[in-house]
Amino acid sequence: MMEKMIFGRYVPAESVIHRMDPRSKLLIVFLFVCVVFIANNFWTYTLLAIYTFGMVGFSTISPRFLYAGLKPVLWLVIFTLILHVFFTKEGELILDLGLIKIYEEGLRQGIFISLRFFLLILMTSLLTLTTTPIEITDGLENLLNPLKKIKFPVHELALMMSISLRFIPTLMQETDKIMKAQIARGVEFSSGPIKERVQAVVPLLIPLFISSFKRAEELAIAMEARGYRGGEGRTKYRQLSWTSRDTVMIIVLALMSVLLFLLRD
Amino acid sequence: MDILLKDVEYRYQANTPFERLAITDVTIDIPAGTYMALIGHTGSGKSTVLQHLNALLKPTSGTVKIGDREIIANRKEKNLKSIRQKVGIVFQFPEHQLFEETVEKDICFGPMNFGVSEAVSKERAKACIQQVGLTEDILQKSPFELSGGQMRRVAIAGVLAMEPSVLVLDEPTAGLDPRGRKEIMDMFYNLHKERNLSTVLVTHSMEDASQYADQILVMHRGQVLKRGTAEEIFSEPKDLIELGLDVPEVVRFQLKFENTFQTKFKKICLTTEQITDEVAAFLKGRDS
Repeated sequence: MMEKMIFGRYVPAESVIHRMDPRSKLLIVFLFVCVVFIANNFWTYTLLAIYTFGMVGFSTISPRFLYAGLKPVLWLVIFTLILHVFFTKEGELILDLGLIKIYEEGLRQGIFISLRFFLLILMTSLLTLTTTPIEITDGLENLLNPLKKIKFPVHELALMMSISLRFIPTLMQETDKIMKAQIARGVEFSSGPIKERVQAVVPLLIPLFISSFKRAEELAIAMEARGYRGGEGRTKYRQLSWTSRDTVMIIVLALMSVLLFLLRD
Repeated sequence: MDILLKDVEYRYQANTPFERLAITDVTIDIPAGTYMALIGHTGSGKSTVLQHLNALLKPTSGTVKIGDREIIANRKEKNLKSIRQKVGIVFQFPEHQLFEETVEKDICFGPMNFGVSEAVSKERAKACIQQVGLTEDILQKSPFELSGGQMRRVAIAGVLAMEPSVLVLDEPTAGLDPRGRKEIMDMFYNLHKERNLSTVLVTHSMEDASQYADQILVMHRGQVLKRGTAEEIFSEPKDLIELGLDVPEVVRFQLKFENTFQTKFKKICLTTEQITDEVAAFLKGRDS
């Protein structure tokens, strides 16, 4: 039921992208999110698309799997496109169907913005698909370290993140299990009138909430029992290592940003 | 109601990098009124088979026949509700499915989903709560203030109240104390006898399998390895031990006894009475 979800999921492989340092991947995604907004014409968007698909290619993740997993989001992208096409009234009129008028600027805006949206989703999914949750949090904790000076709880934040990431699959499994148990008791989640379907969520959510609270408490006790007392003086078992590969990747992105600046209108 | 699985294969997450073959070539028939136990190692596909019994999973190839309804791979199925009413499943740790404010409401939830009136459901709740060994005064309590064992019983009552004609049990006694275990297993057995209820029990306990089931099915790596009565299955205990499965304590004792005293009993014993008789006969024979 939840099998096709790919958000926050890690696909093990031995690609260049997989072996990059999580810090460089995080930096790249962060920079990419900013850089995407530089693009404003055909050539800049083409460059962005080539870069993104190049990264997907390097990751060796099967495009078919990506497509199946991103399908639900594609609807959102298409929705953005439609919204822009129908509601931006600028530039020349290219299609006039009486009630519906499509303008040149609307079409342009629609395509660009939905493409931007799509590329963003693709890059961020790529990060989680090629990096284990634990690597991501380690990388983030390391990157945010300077903030400790201003008393920002970096370690606690990283811990919270890793715990929530760790429990996503567990929660999914549990959802699947309880869904099945309630279906066996005659609940219909995917057919029937809307009102009944909304009501069907109750027998699913209540058990999920209860078990989550219970699990949180058990986890806290288990952590304390093993002597956890915060990040003070805690050493790391997994060491991060920045290699030339990471530097190259950052430089490539920087070069692309420069190109984008040159190519934009 | 008869259930027939024919050449069933199931792959989890088909067509993704996570694809995993769970069961293959599974053909099982469960005629009405059978008590069948499914045994096998963790990951041998027992739970996957079980979810096919009321169409929670649809085979990726092969067919499942439940009563007169046929479920074929790669075909959209509609209206599976009637199947679900006829085949009740008690999942592992069923207490996790409780959600209502009161025990009574939770037990009535199943039957009312299948269109049974509130009054009748409440009657059933009263009957079922006693059946699982609890008292009526618990009906108005919140299920979350009960003990783990009581919650388990309430959840089981919720499935029984649907009045299914096939009962599927996935390790219903896991994590219970020995006495609660026996009570619940005996209750299921009595239901099976009284109402001629087909029962399918997935279990790790060889004692339960040998005591209650009239058919035992051994699963290994997603396939059905063996099928037979308890005597047939446990008469070759070495095979089972090789698979990493246990044999009932009585059988284990018999093997050790035979080994120590260099003897061989006529047949494999499954109950304490049988084994004591055999041992007594042996000792008498030796004395004279």
